[in-house]
Amino acid sequence: MIAFDNVTKSYGTNIGIQDVSVKINKGDFVFLVGPSGAGKSTFIRLILKEIEADRGSIKMNGMEITNLANRHIPKLRRSTGIVFQDFRLLPKKTVFENVAFAMEIVHMSQRSIRRQVPQVLSLVGISSKASKYPHELSAGEQQRVAIARAIVNNPTVLIADEPTGNLDPDTAWEIMRLLEQINLRGTTIVMVTHAKDIVDKMGKRVIAIDKGRIVRDDASGSYGAYEDERMLSCLPTGGVFVSHVK
Amino acid sequence: MSAMLNSWGYAFKQAFKQAFRNRTMSFASMFSITAMLLILGLFFILVVNINMASESAKKQFDTIQVYLMDETTFEQASAIIGSLNGTDGVKEATYLSDEEAMANWKVKWGDNAYLLDGLENNPLPNSILIKVSRLEAADSVVSKIKTFDGIEDIKYYKDTVDQLMKVTRFIQFGAMIIILFLVIISVVVVSNTIKLTVLAREREISIMKYVGATNWFIRGPFLIEGILIGILSAMISVGIVSLIYYKTMELLGPTIFVILSTTMVPGGFLAVRLIWIFTALGISIGACGSIISMRRFLDT
Repeated sequence: MIAFDNVTKSYGTNIGIQDVSVKINKGDFVFLVGPSGAGKSTFIRLILKEIEADRGSIKMNGMEITNLANRHIPKLRRSTGIVFQDFRLLPKKTVFENVAFAMEIVHMSQRSIRRQVPQVLSLVGISSKASKYPHELSAGEQQRVAIARAIVNNPTVLIADEPTGNLDPDTAWEIMRLLEQINLRGTTIVMVTHAKDIVDKMGKRVIAIDKGRIVRDDASGSYGAYEDERMLSCLPTGGVFVSHVK
Repeated sequence: MSAMLNSWGYAFKQAFKQAFRNRTMSFASMFSITAMLLILGLFFILVVNINMASESAKKQFDTIQVYLMDETTFEQASAIIGSLNGTDGVKEATYLSDEEAMANWKVKWGDNAYLLDGLENNPLPNSILIKVSRLEAADSVVSKIKTFDGIEDIKYYKDTVDQLMKVTRFIQFGAMIIILFLVIISVVVVSNTIKLTVLAREREISIMKYVGATNWFIRGPFLIEGILIGILSAMISVGIVSLIYYKTMELLGPTIFVILSTTMVPGGFLAVRLIWIFTALGISIGACGSIISMRRFLDT
């Protein structure tokens, strides 16, 4: 499904990721965790072919994408849904138009758009807001629209870049349940997150990246002792007041 | 096929929507293209009129007058005409007798022609009038005439014509440069204006790319929008330029005829050409503007 083989990407002297080899199977639900600047974004951007790898091979659905011609990139992105922390909805389009837009891009007929968009909107639970504009929605509702847009073309992979980062805990959990539901339909999900409680409670596969390398890959892991240890080791010995940083 | 139609339909629909939703910017682009085309149009009209004036002036000077000696016979003159008529650069050589020349004079003098009746004998010589087909050939024709016997004098307005041609060429050259310059300026202005509209939609474009839109899919609506704005601006500026031209013709036409003895180029003739030229220019300016301004955003 997604296979990295000894992939290295650096930005000048800064390392993005280094010698990363990892395999994500079809139908997996994977959390990608690690401190800021660890290489999570590089990982995602390599999958979307927003940037080129310096070395190594990346396969998506069995297809090598490191040497993919520019004109084939749109096709690659269509097989990959993406959801962002800041939703990135088109402000001048209604909820319906925002979702329909993703279908127009792949040249779907108006008839199938009129049929499929309501289905997806009802799947994510915002059928009643179809004619509203993004600014008229709550953050959670906006993220649902973004998810609807990401899955409307039935992508094989859904990448979620901190999808709960801007949401309150209750709303965040609603979104997680929605993602789980989408995952159950067979879509592979790769979610970048800093939300410890979510990762811990979901009990899914966790890939931890630090300084450009994969430092942990647990089939059913938690956000990580590693993180806590690293933070503790930064503190002066003699253990003053330590509050858990989330 | 239906996918093609779908995406064309999409591009057109989006172009109209975009142009309307961003009407301030659309208006700004339209305003700048119209302004450019207006200046261009007025300039174009000026050049066309100057060209026409110089052409008609050239025509008045395209005749070489050859005065014959009194003892030259009609037969000799006919021989000269015969050999001239086969020469390169000669359109027509005709004989003008002294009586005919006098008659012409009388016509020219009009009401005052009676003054000429007082002359005891006709002071005008017999002459040969040579119309040249190309002004450039006049020199060689003149040198050929000089080889014939029985010729008193040769008159043609070489210096005047040379001067006129120099001025015309200068004006044509200058006009080309200024028109080129104006076109470049308008592409820059328009691409900057469109860049602003694109900038306002940079986020939208990046989202489009994430969802998997091809560059042409993204470019399409902007391109059509640019072309629409170009066509509209062309129509508006043709209208304004024509109006200005007709008014000017009404006011200055007679005066110009008196001073330069040439008419202004007919407005209808110009308007038809301007419509084509401006539509073509408007479309290219709009299209180039939008393609140039989008380049930065579409580099992957």
